[in-house]
Amino acid sequence: MSAVLSIRNLRKEYRPGQPVLKNISLDVGGEGVTAIIGPSGTGKSTLIRCINRLVDPTAGEILFEGADLAKLSGQKLRMARRRIGMVFQEYNLVERLSVMENVLSGRLGYVPAWQAFLRKFPAQDVTRAFELIEAVGLTEEFANRRADALSGGQRQRVGIARAIMQSPALVLADEPTSSLDPKTSVEIMELLAQLSHARATPIIVNIHNVDLARRYARRIIGMTGGEVVYDGPPEGLEASHLKHIYGGEDFL
Amino acid sequence: MSLADPALPAKPRPPAFPVNWTSRIAWIGLALYTLYATSILELSWARFVTGLDNGAKFLARMFPPNFAADKLELIYTGMLESIQIAVVSTFFGVLLSMPLGLMAARNLSPGWLSWSARALIAVFRSFHPVIVSILFVKAVGFGALAGILALIVSSMGFVSKLFAEVVEEMNAKQVEAVRATGASFWNVLIFAVMPQVMARFVGLAVYQLDSNLRNSTMVGIVGGGGIGAPLFTAYQRFDYDVVLTILLCIIGLIMLAEMASGRIRRIFQ
Repeated sequence: MSAVLSIRNLRKEYRPGQPVLKNISLDVGGEGVTAIIGPSGTGKSTLIRCINRLVDPTAGEILFEGADLAKLSGQKLRMARRRIGMVFQEYNLVERLSVMENVLSGRLGYVPAWQAFLRKFPAQDVTRAFELIEAVGLTEEFANRRADALSGGQRQRVGIARAIMQSPALVLADEPTSSLDPKTSVEIMELLAQLSHARATPIIVNIHNVDLARRYARRIIGMTGGEVVYDGPPEGLEASHLKHIYGGEDFL
Repeated sequence: MSLADPALPAKPRPPAFPVNWTSRIAWIGLALYTLYATSILELSWARFVTGLDNGAKFLARMFPPNFAADKLELIYTGMLESIQIAVVSTFFGVLLSMPLGLMAARNLSPGWLSWSARALIAVFRSFHPVIVSILFVKAVGFGALAGILALIVSSMGFVSKLFAEVVEEMNAKQVEAVRATGASFWNVLIFAVMPQVMARFVGLAVYQLDSNLRNSTMVGIVGGGGIGAPLFTAYQRFDYDVVLTILLCIIGLIMLAEMASGRIRRIFQ
């Protein structure tokens, strides 16, 4: 398994001397869902956001497609971000834009500003967007609906279509199911797992629901206090590990 | 047991509604200052009553309004010029406010840029349009151009300040998501910022057109063109019946603008 993403000794301090991430090293490669579990405030989101530099790491390397993301800036950072799709907990769609426009915003790294302004996207992008809207479980009638008219599950589907529209080599999902009901959560995780398989793209998911993580992930990374304390297949994750990750055992 | 009804007198607790002494003192201070200012300015009830009497005489001399053909023609030309001043100054003022407002927004621009933009806006806002008109009449001479330039400045002061606030209140998550796709700054602006702020911006622009219609009737008093000049002349020549005709025209115009602006805003919601 060749690694698509290699994180080396990643460290992040929002306040000097108080690291949120302590020396994280990980390799993520191949297809499949990698789930990161751990209590709130343990740095899961920070880790994911360091990868596409929505958060700037304090130290360490993030190797992706031959470059160290931690050191990129400006144009080069944008080029790298185009290859990394991201799905958010609160979907983060542009509410006043249509579903089609939201999906096509996955191509904004490739389209010059005047084309974006006039909505003159290349024809194959528009065709692809329609395909993706259907592939994530919506119908083409949704294309012209405004994002704020959709339900949570529908919005997250659009969010996933936007990420895939980038033709990413890696997808990050920051608690994609935390705002959804249990049934929709399962559907969204199912969709992410299928997608990863069909495109042979690794997906890193932050998730609170351990059962969902076990069910859909090929690999589980357990974090606590800014450190990785479990890294292995879901079958290997035992009650003792969960006790270590979350602290205490009342919840088990 | 805290859930049971209280049986014994409870132990002493902090007051449930503590007095906010700062705000109480501020209110008392405001009341005292108002009394002081009133006494200094020699306002008296007697003067007010005499004033009412004069006002009644003045109003009586306004009736009936003067609808003579030559007067109407003069008023028509003046009103038309006022409307033109308002439309042209709103167009350019609002257009220029967009970049200025974006530059002033602290969540989009680096510190030095937003600070400079804010300073410029503060300068634009510090003078009333009539005072700015006087400056431009001195600079470019009598006529509509001076009025237009003055109203462009005041429009920019108002619209860009409020637009910057609208931009600062936008949802950062939507912007972050678009930025995460690798979009350039301009594409983030076009796809994440503008959709969020455009409706409010159109609202501001329509409001500004509304207030420029009012202001454009006034810049003429100092030579900035429009209906203001005939209005001022009529006052000075004691042609109060003409004054009334002009005032009626202005009221009609403002009411029309009011109705139109409501519709325009609904279209862009």
